[in-house]
Amino acid sequence: MSKQMISSELFLRLQAQFSPGVTIIGEHFQQALLVESEELIELLTVLKTDPNYQFNLLSNLTAVDYVEYFEVVYHLYSLPLKQSATIKTRCTNDHASVPSVTAIWPSADFQEREVYDLLGIRFTGHPNLLRILMPDDFPEHPLRKAYQFTPDGEKG
Amino acid sequence: MPKTETYTLNMGPQHPSTHGVLQVVLELDGERVVKAIPQMGYLHRGIEKLAESRTYTQFIPYTDRLDYVSSMGNNLGYCQTIEKLMAISVPERAEYLRVIMTELNRIASHLIFMSSVAIDLGATTGMMFGFRDRERILDLFDMACGARLTYSYIRFGGVREDVPAEFIEATRQFLADFPAMLTEHHTLLSGNEILHHRLKGSGIISGQRAVETGLTGPTLRASGVDYDIRKIEPYGIYDRFSFCVPLGTVGDNWDRYMVRMEEMQQSADIIAQALDQLPPGPVMTKIPKVLKPLPGDVYHRIENPRGELGYYVVSDGSTKPYRIHVRRPSFINLQALNEICQGSLIADVVAILATLDPLMGEVDC
Repeated sequence: MSKQMISSELFLRLQAQFSPGVTIIGEHFQQALLVESEELIELLTVLKTDPNYQFNLLSNLTAVDYVEYFEVVYHLYSLPLKQSATIKTRCTNDHASVPSVTAIWPSADFQEREVYDLLGIRFTGHPNLLRILMPDDFPEHPLRKAYQFTPDGEKG
Repeated sequence: MPKTETYTLNMGPQHPSTHGVLQVVLELDGERVVKAIPQMGYLHRGIEKLAESRTYTQFIPYTDRLDYVSSMGNNLGYCQTIEKLMAISVPERAEYLRVIMTELNRIASHLIFMSSVAIDLGATTGMMFGFRDRERILDLFDMACGARLTYSYIRFGGVREDVPAEFIEATRQFLADFPAMLTEHHTLLSGNEILHHRLKGSGIISGQRAVETGLTGPTLRASGVDYDIRKIEPYGIYDRFSFCVPLGTVGDNWDRYMVRMEEMQQSADIIAQALDQLPPGPVMTKIPKVLKPLPGDVYHRIENPRGELGYYVVSDGSTKPYRIHVRRPSFINLQALNEICQGSLIADVVAILATLDPLMGEVDC
């Protein structure tokens, strides 16, 4: 329980600091910070380097296709302070691109490539944004909701 | 001195869990590695996509097939995620059975690791001994759920069925025999001079670099970073057991080997405590046949033998998950391969790949 208290307090502080580009969404254990993609790098840099946060481990990076928009989700963990946080950012379907965080956490490398491969979100500034699981000449992004299993549109 | 040109060598498959499914493209300068690029995807089955057209319960057997040498942990991670999402509580006895099963599975998985290291470095006997001892654990699982590899034993709200009486007896017998098994492995492998020469001082990664590269599990702890989810964010009932977290100091191949060897002993200690405390009672909460969580998302992680296994589940309120993402430790740990291999010899790549302990079913998902 105490862990969540730290997180809520931290979120409020960050929201005040980055207003209005940052909002708090969700509740209880599902609480997350939603940030505009323009402010993503600045916010995440603060989260990693500021002695109050020290989120030095990027646990998980993934994305969800909500049809109207994509949501990229970052799960951070701070080893020194033993706290976790969820950060989210959004991009539209016709301009599916967010800044790469590989410069902050090198561990984002494969994870961003996976998201690019399966959902087709481009990460600007990624040093090597190539497909990682699908064949290089595969034309589609299978984790998108619009992707069909079979050519005639019948879901498997 | 004239400068030689670098050349490319397609290495592998040679590690037991990478046969045909992982290719490492080495760029070499003489016998020194300039780059080691892993090529994966040969085993990609689209499990995350498949999840979107199945109900929550139907996805459990798919988790078995990710890290297929520690399926109990995969079951546990997924079931706890959904339990967190829906606030389902688990009976005491089931909690203990879950710990017993996942820790037995950790030993079985680390035995496979030990066997892989042995066979990769040419010690066939070491591999045979590892697999022989693992059989004992598979027999226990067979007794509990009738399966030896893909268990689907841990379910939402508890475990599939209570264990038979002979299971407890057999597990105690296994624990009694285990120290002798471990001593045998240490005598054969850990005390072997060739193994020392092959593992000590090679494939070093510092603690700080390991964190930045996203390493977790024994691979991270070998670099001296104390990050064990069972300790720092105890899930289930892990806060009730006393055990220590083995740490390495150098972060080389040897440390990664020794940390796992020591972890087996710690797991055996946890199982012994869990058996002593095992209460009677039901092993399953009453939950609906078809689950319908409220809309929302949740991320939950556990300490699997290969590192932090996380499930990110998004529910839209229907009977099928809107999105499931699995944070697979093997996939993220494999990122370190290129960096660790740079500057070492081809023979070291074999050892490094073995001590990183990747499992391709989990890498490709």
